[in-house]
Amino acid sequence: MLLPYLRGGEAESPNQYILHHLTFLTNERPHGLLDFSVVNVDSVFFSVLLAVAFGAAFYAAARQASTGAPSKFRNFVEFVVEQVDAQVQSIFHGKSKLIAPLALTIFCWVFLFNAFDVLPLDLLPGVAGAAGVGHLRIVPSTDLNVVFGLSLTVFVLIIFYSIKMKGLVGFLGEFALHPLRVPNPIGQAAVAPFNIVVEFASFLARPVSLALRLYGNMFAGEMVFILIALLTLTKGFAGLASIGGWLGLIGSLVLGVVWSFFDLFIGFLQAFIFAILTVVYLAQASETHE
Amino acid sequence: MDNIGHIQAMTVLAVGIIFGMGAFGTAIGFGLLGGRFLEGMARQPELAPALLGRAFIFVALLDAVTFIGIGFALFFTFANPFVSAFQAAAAAAGH
Repeated sequence: MLLPYLRGGEAESPNQYILHHLTFLTNERPHGLLDFSVVNVDSVFFSVLLAVAFGAAFYAAARQASTGAPSKFRNFVEFVVEQVDAQVQSIFHGKSKLIAPLALTIFCWVFLFNAFDVLPLDLLPGVAGAAGVGHLRIVPSTDLNVVFGLSLTVFVLIIFYSIKMKGLVGFLGEFALHPLRVPNPIGQAAVAPFNIVVEFASFLARPVSLALRLYGNMFAGEMVFILIALLTLTKGFAGLASIGGWLGLIGSLVLGVVWSFFDLFIGFLQAFIFAILTVVYLAQASETHE
Repeated sequence: MDNIGHIQAMTVLAVGIIFGMGAFGTAIGFGLLGGRFLEGMARQPELAPALLGRAFIFVALLDAVTFIGIGFALFFTFANPFVSAFQAAAAAAGH
């Protein structure tokens, strides 16, 4: 946030500063909208790093499991697991070995993604810049690829669970039988096209909305941080000579702190929502309407 | 060049409308949600924690399309695709 001061005389225009902070560290430039050879190295690095950190920490806590009094960290892990289990139990009324661990993983992993948004904007990119890396985006959930990766995986799981619980015919039949249900088979065949269109739209809306909800919230949060940082974007310490420079500095500090709290809360909420909606969709996929 | 100005002016209006409509919708939604939550809490105070948890779930669902709109609006502000398309077309036409 204060790095524009420390960078001295570089009079970067606001637009350049913003675009610099919105560019990913890729291995090559993308050609067109859908280019599978492009890898956002920074997103992959941070998401794998956070996955390993989360997995190792929770695994270590699980290894210590005993009937004695737990240490503080194990207490915390047990609390998180119990809360997630309680939520899943209230939504999903079947038996599954996959759903509760999946919900726990999604919640913790997405929350760790979102928590990185609170770090000062120029901190890690500045360090990386000193090491020769041009761009660095540290919040993986501001990368559409990461977010859609998560939601498309959930989508595949939904389809898999639907077919496993209801059979292929049952799964496809559901598209024709909801929301309009007519006892007469000929009437049902008549309303089937309308049903199929409506059901298809709402079915496809699930992974898209799941992904874009998380992305939109986190991207907007990061954008506000960038705009707050712009308040101090002047020619280095010379900016402190004016009242405007001081106002910008104090304003960016105060606003930065306030927005950090709010963004952390939003990040927690969005991670929770992603996990809960995953469980809800999987529960809907598993239940048969008997 | 004043065609680009025209595109940018329209984009500014669009961004304003996106932000405004998003705020309008969420404000009404949160107001209704908050009111019903308070009513429910007044009727059955022992359910307050459970209701609060569910209320936050609905908060996140209400926020979703608003933030998607904000994301798009910020994208239009800083990396306007309409201007890029116009410039690409102008370059192709050989201006």
